[in-house]
Amino acid sequence: MKEIIWLGRGGQGAFTAAKLFGAAYTAGNDAHYALSFPSFGPERRGAPVRAFTKLDEKPVLDRSQTEQADYIVVLDDTLYTPALQEQLKPDGRIIVNSKAPIAGTFTFDGEAVAAEFRLPTVNTVMLGIVSALSGYITEEQAVSAVEGYMPEKIQARNTGAVKLAREAVRK
Amino acid sequence: MSKRFLSGNEAFAEGIRLARPDVISAYPITPQTIVVERLSEMVEDGSLKSDFIHVESEHSALSCAIGASAAGARAFTATSSQGLLYMAECLYYASGGRFPIVMMNADRSTALPWNIYGDQRDSLSQLDSGWIQVYAENAQEALDLALMSWRIAEDGRVSTPVMVNLDGFVLTHTYETVEIPEQTQADSFLPRYVTENRVDFDNPKNLAFSAGPDTNYIFKYKAHQGMLAAKAVVTETESAFADIFGRQYSGLLENYRTEDADYILVTLGSIAGLCRETADRLREQGIRAGVVRIRYMRPFPNEEIAAALRNAKAFGVLEKDISFGNEGTVFTNVNSALQKAGVRIPGYDFIGGLGGRNISAGDIEQIYTDIQNGTQSVNFIGIGGDGNGKQHS
Repeated sequence: MKEIIWLGRGGQGAFTAAKLFGAAYTAGNDAHYALSFPSFGPERRGAPVRAFTKLDEKPVLDRSQTEQADYIVVLDDTLYTPALQEQLKPDGRIIVNSKAPIAGTFTFDGEAVAAEFRLPTVNTVMLGIVSALSGYITEEQAVSAVEGYMPEKIQARNTGAVKLAREAVRK
Repeated sequence: MSKRFLSGNEAFAEGIRLARPDVISAYPITPQTIVVERLSEMVEDGSLKSDFIHVESEHSALSCAIGASAAGARAFTATSSQGLLYMAECLYYASGGRFPIVMMNADRSTALPWNIYGDQRDSLSQLDSGWIQVYAENAQEALDLALMSWRIAEDGRVSTPVMVNLDGFVLTHTYETVEIPEQTQADSFLPRYVTENRVDFDNPKNLAFSAGPDTNYIFKYKAHQGMLAAKAVVTETESAFADIFGRQYSGLLENYRTEDADYILVTLGSIAGLCRETADRLREQGIRAGVVRIRYMRPFPNEEIAAALRNAKAFGVLEKDISFGNEGTVFTNVNSALQKAGVRIPGYDFIGGLGGRNISAGDIEQIYTDIQNGTQSVNFIGIGGDGNGKQHS
């Protein structure tokens, strides 16, 4: 099973990214199963939020929160702490939306891409980054999830952000 | 048929849309809120032709559903936790009046201490209210139960309301891929509700009446018979469901590797998947572990549980409930089933997940170890015995 932890602040769309990634992984593939869920409880704008995506080629039965992830995606670099490294599997990676490099992580300036598409948040940018780095989902799957689960008027900008983020990783 | 990546709440709302209720009356409460939101959106956009009644409380929500059912309508409501307790008075009116209402309950902790997270103390406290109670494990089963529950409730042999329980958050707020049947399939499975148990000016009759000591017990006896009749109706309904939708369910309970199991864990709801996964892992280590997932708490699968546990060396019950001063209610029910069938094996109760506390794979492995080695009769996961010190004899 592949597991992704998404870390963000309320309003940044960390859970939306978690959900889109699960939807993308299962899109058009009956042999793929996914669970996506937020850290449960009251929702407050600005408060730290965790969300989880679990991917497997058999039904995912363990509904508990991920303790050791393949990827930890941090949408707000003020939420990064070195202690996150302990929540990684041995080959796991941490991806941070940050303008400055952070030791032991892959950083990417998600805001630059988001700004290009007039997006207020980097969630789909970071979804693009993880999809490219992990290879868990294809670009077509990521785009189909955005088109299937986001409001129509913001689909084009978000698919644009996903594609540009993936291209940036390839370079 | 289409596939969507939906939460348990959203999947259940899709099932209700397919069931075409005439009336929906509900009051939002976490973690059930999304069901009410989605249904009101469906009514607003015209994809669900129901009368949606916004009410000021859960007591009124179920009262409205009872009134609608008494007018011959298919009526739906949904609630959770304190909301369920607030409508408790009406639960008995609905079941006593034999009104086949379907209610979704998002299983959530009960106050105090106040807590919005999942456990099953709300619904299990209402086992005696005369409602059929079924517990879903995943979003697909939740959607499918939204359809099947009407057919069971409205069957003339049953005429009993059904409470469909989804674990709060772990099921209601978790997204997974769900198959959504076509409306034509749903319509062929679930025809329109037709009943004589309704207000009818051409055929006036007495509804929701008083009954004195001379006849009252006969009504209770008949309600009991109706509930027992649901056992066969559940099986028939699942068979008809499988014919149309291709998914076969397993009746009042679901056995997993119990046939040759030495140690069996009995549980219910969304934790069952992790129990099965743990049983698989233990089997790789040579421990013959099995799992019984109770789907229906009422009517209770007495014979089926006794049959599943008969050849085991010991069993445990894992439940998100405690009846203070005794033990978990599921444990009480399971022990009664075994006693009636003359099955004498040691059994232990494991109370976990209260107030939404996580139950890990490690917790479940420890439970199997405790079942093997013997432990106190009632155990709180992560704390220890109940302090009562009673060893199982």
